[in-house]
Amino acid sequence: MRMKTTPFHPRLVELNDTGLWSHWSGYLSAVRYDFSSKFEYFGIRNAAAFFDASPLYKFWIRGADAERYLAGVMARDVRTVRPGRAQYTVWCNDEGYVLEDGVLFRHAADEFMLTAAEPNLSFLQSLAIGKQVEIVDVSEDYATLAVQGPRSRAILEPLAPEIAELSYFGFIPAKVAGHPVTISRTGFTGDLGFEVMVGADDALPVLDAILEAGQPHGLRPFGEEALNMARIEAGLPLIGTEFTSARYAYNAAERFTPTELGLGWLLRGIDDDTRPFVGRDAIRRELADKTSRWTTRGIVLDWRAYADLYEAHGLLPEMNEIPADWETMLYDDAGERAGYATSLMYSPMMQRYIGIARIKPELAAVGGTVQVEQTVDHEYYTVPAEITTLPFFNPERKLS
Amino acid sequence: MAKKSSSNNYDAIVVGGGHNGLTNAAYLAKSGLRTLVLERRPIVGGAAITEELHPGFSFTTFSYGLSLIRPDVVQELNLVKHGFMPLLMNSTFAPMENGDYLLVGGDREHNISEYRRHSKADADAMDRFEFDLSRVQQYVKPMFDAMAPNVFGGTEEDAEQVAWLLKHLGSAPPKVVHDTVRLLFGSISDFLDDYFESDVIKGHLASSGIIGTKVGPMSPGSGLVFLFMAMGEHDGSMGAWSFHKGGNGGFTQVLSRAAQAYGAEVRLEAPVSHVVTANGKATGVVLEDGTEFTAPVVVSSLDPRRTFTQLVDPAELPTELVETIRRFRFQGTASKVNFALDGPPVFPALADRTDQWQGFVNIGPSIEYLERAFDPAKYGWYSERPYLDCCVQSFIDPDMAPAGKHVMSCFTMYTPYELKKPDGTPGDWDVERDNLGDTVQRTLAEFFPGFDDLVVHREVVTPLDIERVTGLSEGNIYAGEFLAPQMYFFRPAPGYSDYRTPIDGYYQCGSGTHPGGCVIGAPGRFASQQVLKDLKR
Repeated sequence: MRMKTTPFHPRLVELNDTGLWSHWSGYLSAVRYDFSSKFEYFGIRNAAAFFDASPLYKFWIRGADAERYLAGVMARDVRTVRPGRAQYTVWCNDEGYVLEDGVLFRHAADEFMLTAAEPNLSFLQSLAIGKQVEIVDVSEDYATLAVQGPRSRAILEPLAPEIAELSYFGFIPAKVAGHPVTISRTGFTGDLGFEVMVGADDALPVLDAILEAGQPHGLRPFGEEALNMARIEAGLPLIGTEFTSARYAYNAAERFTPTELGLGWLLRGIDDDTRPFVGRDAIRRELADKTSRWTTRGIVLDWRAYADLYEAHGLLPEMNEIPADWETMLYDDAGERAGYATSLMYSPMMQRYIGIARIKPELAAVGGTVQVEQTVDHEYYTVPAEITTLPFFNPERKLS
Repeated sequence: MAKKSSSNNYDAIVVGGGHNGLTNAAYLAKSGLRTLVLERRPIVGGAAITEELHPGFSFTTFSYGLSLIRPDVVQELNLVKHGFMPLLMNSTFAPMENGDYLLVGGDREHNISEYRRHSKADADAMDRFEFDLSRVQQYVKPMFDAMAPNVFGGTEEDAEQVAWLLKHLGSAPPKVVHDTVRLLFGSISDFLDDYFESDVIKGHLASSGIIGTKVGPMSPGSGLVFLFMAMGEHDGSMGAWSFHKGGNGGFTQVLSRAAQAYGAEVRLEAPVSHVVTANGKATGVVLEDGTEFTAPVVVSSLDPRRTFTQLVDPAELPTELVETIRRFRFQGTASKVNFALDGPPVFPALADRTDQWQGFVNIGPSIEYLERAFDPAKYGWYSERPYLDCCVQSFIDPDMAPAGKHVMSCFTMYTPYELKKPDGTPGDWDVERDNLGDTVQRTLAEFFPGFDDLVVHREVVTPLDIERVTGLSEGNIYAGEFLAPQMYFFRPAPGYSDYRTPIDGYYQCGSGTHPGGCVIGAPGRFASQQVLKDLKR
């Protein structure tokens, strides 16, 4: 047995000074390239940095019924997406709980590509019975390079002038170093950024052209840690961290509705009866009966209280930008459980500890306070945090 | 011609728009005072400015890194909202004369192996040293982060603070107290000898013990400078440094925006002639053009010499204070040489890499190198082979230079303000400036072959230039030397470490007050607390 490598890997292995790789969807994926993931993170926020997103699963969804099919599968209305535009979306089970999220690229009236974190082919096919739609898993056929950060446009534009006018979530076919690519204005960092999808065989020369174009702009690679930091600041949920697929939920606590995940905005037009989709009835009942159990919010820890807690124990307060990979419990002022934080990290941009939190709706008013559990010297303590909206970080350049 | 209208009346006037003046003004404005900042130059920032001296190339003319800025200032003034963005400096690179190097960064395991490459014994010394130092930092921090107790005052409040200090001094284990005293009064060379044997490791560590001060690493007092520098806590990491987006000029622009957002008014090209007093009270200031502004509170962010002997008539002050200020040592010994480069410097052993440029570049390969650089300064001349603390800043913030080009900041020691030639005749920095630039460039070319060919533009900033442009007396970058008798409750003078002056309503908020210099914000913050406390009385 041996873990697969992505088409970019021969070059990435040269760039990875740490030798650290994680396993993602069957591929080696860099944890970080530099000894400091925070340094890579600043590549995203202050210059430009690239991430190998090739392990994402990719599905072509084509045919005369493709739009009708997707409108019935996805919780977000795909019919509003013009060709050349992409859409972040989720799909649910009949009970209205989220199975997964992904991005749908509309290439033509009858042709879409879906990218997702997990394999989905048999599920997608099972819903296509009787429809004129073909679903093909082409995950190995393409490599994806996310080029993110304020200088990403300046790097890519000389290679593919077509991107100059690309708006947020738009995409366009282009050629880089003579090789056909699809460049979308998408990403998982909440910053100005693009994703370059390229045929697997052309991946290396395209990467080399981007590396060369990026060199004078300080372009550097970033791994999963820096991506995680950026996406938390952007308030973007991550499967496996913010939620698990309802398909594998053993109990009610392990499943979530779109509204509970803070994705209620995807449900616009849910009352339009011309578009029944999987889970719609349950979600409409949830909305009508107000049975959502959680509200997703940001939390920002009180910096002074955090430092005081550590200093009172004779410790130096640690500002750890690597997100905690456990859930952190939240309480109200009376000490009753208020919810939990799924992603907690020290944000170098915000200069505070921030977290994505799931809070009981009645306690989730923006501007309110929750008490965040911290362990110091093997004892539980709490630190107050302000409840905020998401995202934490949303620069103008993301959309401009 | 004196002009006086109601619009020239303020609650508080801050003289000088350097980072402490802006910090002070931001706090005063935040608490509701109608506050005016008067800055002599066309830009705010004082010694923390960024200037485009060659098209497309931004130079941090003077101050060039950020570490000591107090988190309290960043948080309390909500600086993130106004663009605060400290970019991590990722590595320290110390090239050696034999072509080898020391390169350390953010990975402890790698740092150990890199130390071990130079000395197997120094590998475990690294952790011991860092731990022992962190205990000292913890011990010193409460004193660093509070106003100094007035041990010479007689009030009940003074007595309480002195009692707190005595209690705190006795609160740490004997080793921590002893290490602290050894650093405060000893040399960094002696301290490091207890841990390390490698020349390059000791040179790299010792260099922060000499920054900006007329001491060599073997001089008592270098331990104090080292400890001061170690009190920075960028993102909670003691001793870590960052480069603010756009340089320290970018940082002071953030401060200026924050101060103005709180309602402070900033007037540029408004040089203050003197503070107006009546019956022992400050009543306002007069600009050099005669314009008058009135306020019951005037805060000087200038150094102690200017605060006590230029802005006010020393005759209004106790003679003992005036004499102490006259004795206060400035004796700037640091210069800056800034380069615009056509491409990155080349270090042959790492020719195919760039990670050596992602932080500080330390030209000081041994303690002996540093001490020999110091030798001529004792007698009034500048180093033949200077110590250089460099940074190719465009690797950290590409916006500092055109794409593919670079700016390199080189902090240079030792270059005494008062030059005396070997034959005893006085020297002149206006004559020596270019030679200093050549000396620095020659030193860089020793380590980075072909460096001369990369130079597009060069800026040489001598102590005389620092004084002329920023007003810092004798070009001392800290607004007064970091010497034990000039620190804590002695800064700037015994009995005057509380940001007040003998003139009612006249305050000091510059780096010549506790805790001291660097881009730190603490003097400005403490001074605002003192002003506000006094106004409540």
